[in-house]
Amino acid sequence: MISTMHYVAVSLAMLLIGTVGLLTRRNIVIILMSIELILNAVNINLVAFSKHHGNAAGQVFAIFVIAVAVAEAAVGLGILLALYRNRETVQVDEIDLLKW
Amino acid sequence: MNLDVFFFYAFTTLALGGGLLAITRRSAVHAAIALMVSLLGVAGLYLQLQAEFLFVSQIIIYIGGILLLFLFVIMLVNLDAGKGLRQFHKNWPLGAAVTALTGIALAVLLSRAQLPPAQQMPSTGNVELVADTLFQDYLVPFEVASLLLLVAVVGSVLLARKRA
Repeated sequence: MISTMHYVAVSLAMLLIGTVGLLTRRNIVIILMSIELILNAVNINLVAFSKHHGNAAGQVFAIFVIAVAVAEAAVGLGILLALYRNRETVQVDEIDLLKW
Repeated sequence: MNLDVFFFYAFTTLALGGGLLAITRRSAVHAAIALMVSLLGVAGLYLQLQAEFLFVSQIIIYIGGILLLFLFVIMLVNLDAGKGLRQFHKNWPLGAAVTALTGIALAVLLSRAQLPPAQQMPSTGNVELVADTLFQDYLVPFEVASLLLLVAVVGSVLLARKRA
């Protein structure tokens, strides 16, 4: 029998995959994809607990998370295009103008 | 084997395997395809959880919208130049260590969790239920979300247009 904890474990694994991609990759496009993976992990969690508690509020929050993910992807990719036009690179560790 | 269990593990394999492929591929297009597999797996998990509305929105919004946006940007940006370079930056062990620590901490927390007894969903259809909750209890956040999307549209157009 599949319990809520199974779904939470899947969500945890997906969160960790997203985090490791976010923290180790150099390519901005892959980093944005990792953020999508993290948001999906959160959504699995919300929907699993929504079913567990017999309450649709969790699914409504998952819809809001999807809306925020869309906004984030649109703005993030817009920033990426502007950055590429100015710096001709998409490797995060080469974009260190404000770092040093 | 129970069909429910079988589909759970099948969708989990899709979701996690696609995610793992997405963060390890050298080519961004391959990563986008792997991400699509992962998102389809998550959509299947929603179906398993009887969230039919989210299942459909996941496919339409994520795969039809966000992933297409990614593919367009990959076409606009010359990512092939970065193919021969290192894919992970030089501090990657630090990132992996932070992730491992987070994973261990969360796994310990999860193993100690005591869930309250499960409750039944009301017997009305899922779409009806979500619509009732969204438009009765969360109407103001819904309108704020539309404002957020408007700002995101204007912002991304401003950011991505060519400077004169």
